[in-house]
Parts: sequence; structure tokens; C-alpha cells
Amino acid sequence: MKFLNEYRDADVVAQYLDEIRRTATQPWTIMEVCGGQTHSLVKNGLIQLLPDKVRMVHGPGCPVCVTPLHQIDKAVHLAMEHGVILCSYGDMLRVPGSKMSLLEAKAAGADVRILYSPLEAVKIARENPGKEVVFFAVGFETTAPANALSVIHAQRAGVGNYSILTSHVLVPPAIEAVMNDDASHIQGFLAAGHVCAIVGIDEYYPLVERYKIPVVVTGFEPVDLLQGILMVVRQLEKGEHRLENQYSRIVRPEGNPEARKVIAQVFETTDREWRGIGNIPMSGYELRPEFSAYDANKKFNVNIEKVSESAECIAGLVLKGIKKPHECPQFGKKCRPESPLGAPMVSSEGACAAYYHFSQAMEEVA
Amino acid sequence: MTESEQKIKMQLQCPMPKLDFDIITLGHGSGGLLTNRLLDSGVFDLLKNDLLDERHDGAIFEVEAGRMAFSTDSYVISPVFFPGGNIGELAVNGTVNDLAMCGARAKYLSLGFILEEGLTMREFWDILLGIKYAAEQAGIQIVTGDTKVVERGKGDKIFINTSGVGMLHPRAQISKKRVQPGDVVLISGSVATHGMAIMSVRQGLEFETDIVSDTTNLNHTVMAMLDLFGEKIHLLHDPTRGGVATVLNELARDTRLGIDLLERNIPVLEEVAGACELLGLDPLYVANEGIFIAVVAAEAADSVLEFLQADPNGAAAAIIGNITAEHPRQVLLHSTIGGKRVVNMPVGEQLPRIC
Repeated sequence: MKFLNEYRDADVVAQYLDEIRRTATQPWTIMEVCGGQTHSLVKNGLIQLLPDKVRMVHGPGCPVCVTPLHQIDKAVHLAMEHGVILCSYGDMLRVPGSKMSLLEAKAAGADVRILYSPLEAVKIARENPGKEVVFFAVGFETTAPANALSVIHAQRAGVGNYSILTSHVLVPPAIEAVMNDDASHIQGFLAAGHVCAIVGIDEYYPLVERYKIPVVVTGFEPVDLLQGILMVVRQLEKGEHRLENQYSRIVRPEGNPEARKVIAQVFETTDREWRGIGNIPMSGYELRPEFSAYDANKKFNVNIEKVSESAECIAGLVLKGIKKPHECPQFGKKCRPESPLGAPMVSSEGACAAYYHFSQAMEEVA
Repeated sequence: MTESEQKIKMQLQCPMPKLDFDIITLGHGSGGLLTNRLLDSGVFDLLKNDLLDERHDGAIFEVEAGRMAFSTDSYVISPVFFPGGNIGELAVNGTVNDLAMCGARAKYLSLGFILEEGLTMREFWDILLGIKYAAEQAGIQIVTGDTKVVERGKGDKIFINTSGVGMLHPRAQISKKRVQPGDVVLISGSVATHGMAIMSVRQGLEFETDIVSDTTNLNHTVMAMLDLFGEKIHLLHDPTRGGVATVLNELARDTRLGIDLLERNIPVLEEVAGACELLGLDPLYVANEGIFIAVVAAEAADSVLEFLQADPNGAAAAIIGNITAEHPRQVLLHSTIGGKRVVNMPVGEQLPRIC
């Protein structure tokens, strides 16, 4: 694949690994924020190739993992009790709610559909005027423009039976939450390239200054990741802290102005609960009051009990990088992809599932 | 003539008969007059052969001395028409190929329909043409069948079951028990093509692409391969549902051996790789049709590869790994960039990622 294979070249990878090995003179702990980066690190076997001095810690950037239990229960409730057509991205379906997942709701007779674009949900709403259609709008800044656009489209076309159940989360407040945790020992960050492609890099300057940590906006392919890691390590070795952009072929400093405009038009920032982490101030998007007719939270009166998480799941510690997935006593035992205790074991981007799928048995193998 | 030209020619040669009904109704499955009218409308003519023409409760035929293979499969695919074929072709090719994986040349198939009320006669006819086309290509006969109709909403247009019998190739010795360390794992063609062709037309996930399903019969290829290599072929498997990863995991589990896979050798069509990338799917877990995995004795591997690459079904064939006594019960992928990872059994269907 053009524009991808260049970043998966074994020789280039070997050169970067050498360079990282030469540069790192002492141990460094770096967090890759985005679940896509975690997935790529393990899928390509990069974790084992990195020198011991560079310890990668997986961040909270998996939208499936941080969507609160309560929101999933709400989606299930809407599908089961309100008879809506509940549309969602695929990997949300298997995430366990307190009683069931959306996949189980589907099996129990609810109309749950997997879509790749919320615009498709607007189309379904138009084709089913007698039904309410709800899109489970989950994700970081990356999926926000498409979700916002679906609301604008519905409004413009006068589609009244469409709404979104928002559970949007934002990256910079999550980085802050990680840094504010006393148990955290992160020394540098790989920021999520695709998020920055949308919203730009400006928000990261204050973080770099406040916490005096290197942040490198990084892509997702093996060469991207290694280059990003090298850039962080170089800064750390020199005692510097700067914002750098490894992913400049995609990320412009100002982001994507059109996408930002759409987000600003439809959403405003709000406090948000993160599964496993808790409430983070101003860390999510919700619909502006003028779009409240499209807000499933307001449209439907969902009164369900808030259930607490499984006490055995240490997802919060994993998401903040304080524990590694395999350090959880339930990892691979009670908690497995087919019977997950917490969300990070569900999505392929979830740190626990990524570990389970790709490297769970590497020690035996090595 | 290309495959699609052949299909068009068949459509022209077998125009849909003029009927006094446009859609399938419950009565067409009653076994009474309407059922007969449906079958007489051309179904029997389309699939015509002496055994079917008996119109008995079952087919009666002579068998040769030797070993036989018997296989069954049900087809519930959605959508029933997809780029490169339809459920009818799949239903024939699937069972023909399951028999081929046993080392048998399929001879007779049964054909069971469960039709959903409301299926149009046009759709049914096109599916029947798919069956006829696939049966002729594979050189098999449909010798017995059954048609039931369920109420609207109780099915998904059409479900098909086919069962088949075939004679084993005299030199076929295909069994998991024969797989041993040192054996070489080959694949006969590009992976994930069929699954992504289906995905591209599935409601809600449609994307524009030229990906066409590679569904086809594999029996001619497999028989020719057994003629040449016989007992050197230790195991054959078509990696349909769950893809290559699932089949190899089952193999590793059942043989208690390990499998080393070389990512850079696994053939994936450019557009398929791109579509997988976009949807966040791993081609190793995507369903296949029209390809098979062969585990062969090491000394025969290169010749088998050469043979496959010269076969019309095997142009993209490749050696993708080998069986090892190390890391028992595990499939280990050596990534293109030199890393390693365990390829696990998938939990359920792969679900497209958020971002």
C-alpha cells in the first residue's frame, strides 16, 4: 500500500531501533496516548524490539475503554425499552454493560446496527420515519466532526427522529489527569496523531510547559512510532521538554479548520466521566443547547440506576499507565476477551486486549 | 471467455420463464400445487440430470469401490448477492471445497432451500443460475433437494443447505495426525478477498471498491495436486469463517504443535489490504472462499508451490510458514518489520474499529 509500506520497512525500522538504542543512556518511561498506537506497537511486535531502557506505557486513548458503564447501560436501555434503532461503531457492541452488552441486546431482539459512519444513521432515520434512530456517538476528537456533521445533516433535512447519545472525550485533559496522579511516572508522551490532525497541536504547548515533559505528536505505523519514540528520548537525554510533530505529513499545526468549525458549531466542552478513571473536568463534548432536539440524553427519559464497576478490574490503573495489563491478578484468568471484566479487554485497541491477543504468551515463546 | 462473460452467457441462455407469480409465498413450500408449479417453472430443467429427473424422495446411484467423503454446510450469507457471485454459487462451491479438503472429488450434492416469503422470483432465478453455473464448473450433479418457505421476517431471503458425497483420491492421506514439525504451510491465493467483498456491500458499511469475491471450486486444483504429490500433502483446509488465523489456531491446538507464520509472505490484494486498513480489520481473521491452506512435507514444498502458481486458482500461492515443535499450540507471526506476536483465536466476528 502506497504511503503505508514506506512506514513499515524492515530496514528503516532496524535503523531507528539502533538509533534509539544508541541514544538512550538511562531508563525512560514513555506513554503512547492513543489506543491505535498501542495496537500498532503490539501488532507489529515492536514492544519486544525496543531496548529495555525504553519502557512504553499504554495510555487512556481507547474510546471504547473509557466510555462509562452508565452510558453503555443507557444505550442498551434505549435499544431494549424504548424500541429505538440503536446504531453504533462496531467495537462498542461487545463492551459489557452492567447487565448486558449491545451485542447481547441485539440477540435479545433489540434493533442494534453496526455502522461505519453516523451519516448512515441519518439515512436510516429518513428511511424509517416511524422509528427513533439513535447513534452512539463515542470517540475522541477524531470522530467528533462526523458525529457533528450528522446532526447538522439531520437538522438541515428536517429529520426529527434522529438523535445522538454523546460520550465524546478529549485527549489533553486525559494527559493532565495522568500527570496529576501521584502514582504516575510518565516522562514523555507520544500524542495521538489523528486527534491532532483534527484539532491541531496548540493545546499541547501549555501541557509541555506546566509538566515540563516532552510531547511528540506521532503517527501509527512502525516507523512513525519509532521516530516519535526517538524524538522523545532525544529530548529526555538532553533534559529538554518541547512539543514536536513527528506526524507532519498529516498533522498541520492548526489542524483541520473545517472540521474544527463543525465541532465548534455543534458541541461544547463539558465535564465527563471516564470509565475506570472517574470525572475529569472539561474533558468531553456535549451538544450545544440549540441542538438539544438531537440529544438522546434529553430526548428520552432514561432513568436507570448507576452501577459501580467490578471491584476486581484495575482498568483505571491500566488506563493511567500505573499498572501494565498483565500485572492485573485477573488478566487472562477471570478476565479474557470472551468474558471481559472491564472494557480495556474488549476493543482491539484496549491495552488489555492488545496484550492478550498479541503478546500474552510471548514470555513462554521467547 | 472470462468468468463474468460465462455467467452472462448462461443468463442469456436461461431466461427466466414467464410465471403467474412474481414472489415466493408460503404456498410454494406447502408441497402442493404451488410447490409443483414453482419446481416445474424451470428449477428442474435448470439443474436437469437423470437422477434428479426421477423426482423421488432421494437419489439412488451406484458407487465405486473405495473410500468416500461426505460433507454438509449451510449458507446464511447477507447480502445474498455480492460482487463476484451470489449465495447459490457459494452453496455449491462451499460443499465441493469441503470435500476437496478431504481429498475427495465431489460427485453428487443435495440442495435444501429455506425461502423467506416475499423473495422475488427474479432473485430466486438468479440464485438458481448461480447454482447451475457453479455445479457445471465443478462437474457435479444436484441429485436431490427440498424447498421450504417461512413467513416473512422469519428468514433472511434465502438459506441454503448443501450436502455432498465424493470419492477420495486414491493417494489422498489427509489428516491432522499426519502434520509434523518441519512441514511447510502454503496458501493457494490471496487472503481476505471474499470477506471484504461481502463487507463492501453490507448495509451500513458500504464502501466503493473493485474487490470481487474469489468464490470458486477448488476440486480440480486439489485433484491435480494429489495426482502429483499424493501422500506428501498432509493436510488441506479452506479458511472460510474466522479466516486463516482461526484455521491455523485450530490446527495448532489439535496437533499440539506450533506454527510460525511469515507476515511478509502472506498474499493480500492491494485493495483488500487497503479496505482492511480503513475498517481496522486484520486480514488474517477475515473470511475466505476460493483459497485453501496446504500443509505439506518439507521436501515437496517448492514443487507444490510451483504447481499451484501455474494453476488458475493458485497464481498468488505462497509459502507462509511452517510447523514447529517449539511453542506448542501457538501460532506465532513474524511481522514484516522483524517483530513477533501471537496470533490468537478470535472471540467472535471481527467488528470494525471506531477510529
